[in-house]
Amino acid sequence: MAMTMTQKILAAHAGLDSVKAGQLIMADLDLVLGNDVTSPVAINEFNKAGFSDIFDKNKVTMVMDHFAPNKDIKAAAQCKQCRDFCGKYDIVNFFDVGDMGIEHALLPEKGLVAPGDCVIGADSHTCTYGALGAFSTGIGSTDMCAGMAKGKTWFKVPSAIKFNIVGKLPKYSAAKDVILHIIGMIGVDGALYKSMEFSGEGLVNLSMEDRLCMANMAIEAGAKNGIFAVDSVTLDYIKDKVNRDYKIYEADADAEYEAEYTIDLSQIKPTVAFPHLPENTKTFDEIGDVVIDQVVIGSCTNGRIEDLRCAAEILKDKHIAKNVRCIVIPATQKVYMQAMKEGLLEIFINAGCAVSTPTCGPCLGGHMGILAKGERAVATTNRNFVGRMGHPESEVYLASPYVAAASAVAGKIAQPSQL
Amino acid sequence: MIARGKVHKYGDNVDTDVIIPARYLNTADMQELAKHCMEDIDIDFAKNVQKGDIMVGQANFGCGSSREHAPAAIKASGISCVIAKTFARIFYRNAINIGLPIIECEEAADKISAGDDVEIDFETGVITNHTKGETYQGQSFPDFLINIIDSNGLLNSLK
Repeated sequence: MAMTMTQKILAAHAGLDSVKAGQLIMADLDLVLGNDVTSPVAINEFNKAGFSDIFDKNKVTMVMDHFAPNKDIKAAAQCKQCRDFCGKYDIVNFFDVGDMGIEHALLPEKGLVAPGDCVIGADSHTCTYGALGAFSTGIGSTDMCAGMAKGKTWFKVPSAIKFNIVGKLPKYSAAKDVILHIIGMIGVDGALYKSMEFSGEGLVNLSMEDRLCMANMAIEAGAKNGIFAVDSVTLDYIKDKVNRDYKIYEADADAEYEAEYTIDLSQIKPTVAFPHLPENTKTFDEIGDVVIDQVVIGSCTNGRIEDLRCAAEILKDKHIAKNVRCIVIPATQKVYMQAMKEGLLEIFINAGCAVSTPTCGPCLGGHMGILAKGERAVATTNRNFVGRMGHPESEVYLASPYVAAASAVAGKIAQPSQL
Repeated sequence: MIARGKVHKYGDNVDTDVIIPARYLNTADMQELAKHCMEDIDIDFAKNVQKGDIMVGQANFGCGSSREHAPAAIKASGISCVIAKTFARIFYRNAINIGLPIIECEEAADKISAGDDVEIDFETGVITNHTKGETYQGQSFPDFLINIIDSNGLLNSLK
């Protein structure tokens, strides 16, 4: 029976020749991830259940990124609990302040995910690794606990929606605009329980960082996973990072899809998702004057070096508007160092931005840039739900690094061509 | 298994950030989290909810973050079942894994009003609205999931 790319990976990890949509399977896991918010709940369950060990000390990873560097005493206790657990079970890939980065930027950079892998993470944006041609999905803490103990978990095999990518992005249009456009088109539950599979002749025009950004937001359309066909861009990215065997899976030519869309990159315009859902997208012909208080450039969606280069291109030799705070958060230490070497941090600081050590921080309203009642932020993050970045009556507008940087300069939502 | 109680009703796309805002996630104490459950869209929920009450949402209930704190806070608040047209997939897994009963039923989500006295029979999937004198057929779970629910959660089912 013909299978999608996701179905092939799941079949292989369940030891089956083939699977079909709706089938319940038990699959072997290549990596189990948690962070400082979700891992403590998993650790409590692990101890309560009386498990004596984890399944593989190389295949469990914890990243202290959400409320780290510790924002308060309770957050410090949660990180300490993770640190103690990882020490006790000799977990190799425990990333603490100083070498940690935002988990979904860090793990691909460290070569911990390879094409064909089956990955679960107690963080909804675990779907990011689909960019590398892996099956990767978010789960909760109890699933994380069971995954850590047994190295297996159950899945219902998903059906899929296919996105055929053609063309090339125009100047100042970004991968973020592509995924916001898609979410605006299919809605926040448009891919509920399904895979989003990206392939086509235009894929070669999307860098690995573009793909990571797009796969990251598959969850914002309700998807179980987002996944990109493996090509030369993938192999080029992993060649000096992944040093173990991996397997490339391709969708069958006659695989069944619930829907198919062609996305012409050349038609993608700068796009902004208005409060309070990522599907509330508008292009600039529909956006009037929206005055802002804060800009956040960073996150697991857009905190990578190419994102910082885009922002710096706009902010070079300019200053952000009076009454706007602009917070730039490189997603990992490596990104931070690279941005420093390229002079990007200097551009940001000269423009009046604050530059932070890696953290999820303001994206989820944790720390490092919380909004007051009535305040508005343009952010390169992934969610604009009620209260997401602070007060329930504050507002978050999702956009690309280009638009975020231009908005910081203009003091209102703006695209680079308006400066 | 039967659940019965008074209904708290919400709309489409109730996300995990409003179920339990991230600003409270510096603790894994679910009783503490229950005090803030739903507060960004229903400031009085924690005050009004009674043990056994039912929560009713519409499409894509529980979308957003993977935080298990969301179904756990709902459970700790005393809610005995959540009914919705559809659930976001991570929330669906998490609810089953921690033993918070949930059931998908489009008709029930449409017709039930806030304050109705509603009863759910999980064996049959039948939802009875005692206030309106109506019944609705919800989707019952596959055997695989009934095993997890009967074991009182995923971890017990693995033993």
